Amino acid sequence: MLAKRIIPCLDVKEGRVVKGINFVGLRDAGDPVESAQRYSAGGADEITFLDITASHENRRTLFDLVDRTASTVAVPLTVGGGVRERRDVSELLHAGADKVSINSAAVSNPDFIKEMAEAYGSQAIVVAIDAKRVPGQTENWTVYTHGGRRDTGLDAIAWARKMADYGAGEILLTSMDRDGTQDGYDLLLTRTVVDAISIPVVASGGVGTLRHVHEGLAAGGADAALAASIFHDGHYTVAEVKEYLLDHGVCVRPPERD
Amino acid sequence: MTTGRVAIVDLGLGNLHSVAKAFERAGANAELSADPDVFLRADRLVMPGQGAFKECAHALAGELGEAVRAWIDSGRPYLGICLGMQALFDESEEAPGEKGLGIFPGTVKRFATDLRDPRGVRLKVPHIGWNQIESRHPVFENEEWYYFVHSYYCVPAEEGLVVATTDYGGPFCSAIARDNVLACQFHPEKSQHAGARLIGHFLGDLAWN
Repeated sequence: MLAKRIIPCLDVKEGRVVKGINFVGLRDAGDPVESAQRYSAGGADEITFLDITASHENRRTLFDLVDRTASTVAVPLTVGGGVRERRDVSELLHAGADKVSINSAAVSNPDFIKEMAEAYGSQAIVVAIDAKRVPGQTENWTVYTHGGRRDTGLDAIAWARKMADYGAGEILLTSMDRDGTQDGYDLLLTRTVVDAISIPVVASGGVGTLRHVHEGLAAGGADAALAASIFHDGHYTVAEVKEYLLDHGVCVRPPERD
Repeated sequence: MTTGRVAIVDLGLGNLHSVAKAFERAGANAELSADPDVFLRADRLVMPGQGAFKECAHALAGELGEAVRAWIDSGRPYLGICLGMQALFDESEEAPGEKGLGIFPGTVKRFATDLRDPRGVRLKVPHIGWNQIESRHPVFENEEWYYFVHSYYCVPAEEGLVVATTDYGGPFCSAIARDNVLACQFHPEKSQHAGARLIGHFLGDLAWN
């Protein structure tokens, strides 16, 4: 049976982890490569880098980072942030990313997703959707871009459907209402998107406890759970998350002892 | 361990970086090449592949495909990964009319869109993520977890070819082996310890036939 995936996400700025965990024995908590290695050794099913470098000039640093990570980490690597044109996708894939996550560029030009899926295969193209509840409504969300600053007015569910039709291989769904709150995933949003499309959905935004991860995968129905701070703050290890999920009847790949 | 030189066939269908790195981590001297003169001098041949069957079939239509076929006929070790497994069969539902290498009789089929797991939950296509194999073959450990990314799977005409199956709305063929040929639908280069073990077996002396 296909396992639900646990994906630690690392925010990276100019080649450094923005909020790194001080793993025991880690030489440098700010080095994304070392962190990725630790997470992978601890049972992470995938690693995601979100590049929040403001300027385009520092992309070289990111490519170098992706290259060094892909050389040493034997689990899939997804990289997102600032992916605007074909060259960004091709350079990241050539540096060693398995999947590239695209957000704002998909909104400004949906055909970009079609073209990238045709060129590199759907398996390599993730569409990141930042969704926020329409004020006063319980079951309507719109898509935000530019790090959650701009409301596009697009209905999030219809947008997810469209991106799946256009060839996205996966949706990375972040609740802007929950992101950073540690109140748990927006389960209604997650479940609604999961039921609306036939490609995998990665839930993101709001995890603070082990129960939240379980809810996102069980009640939310997500195929994978992405989390940042619970891992970086050292609250839980990936292995602890997986043991909890196994105890609660969720199928995950058990952490392997080195 | 005898490793020697490993040639990785570059069909020009995407990035083979992680495949090459996985073999290097295992101690092999790995070289990417689309030039039969180069890869025919290696000790072991790996054909990875991602993307579409059509492009793969086109890439293998000429001398490259002949060279791969000659390699397999020569009895030297071959490892096919994903499309490098599917390409060994006659044809694929993904690209009707395109020819595979036809090393083994059989076809490549798409997962049905109405698959359900035992709890009745609708299964998604592509099949992406970690799943287990059921195998009694010596290069595998039964119930090991591997990373999969695919919408199509091989259906060998001859059941004896199948050495591992995986459950996704029912069992499908996730690895085959015959004589010098080993091929898997999953990605050992992305499968952490399990993948490293399999690559080690391919590079080592353990016979898989």
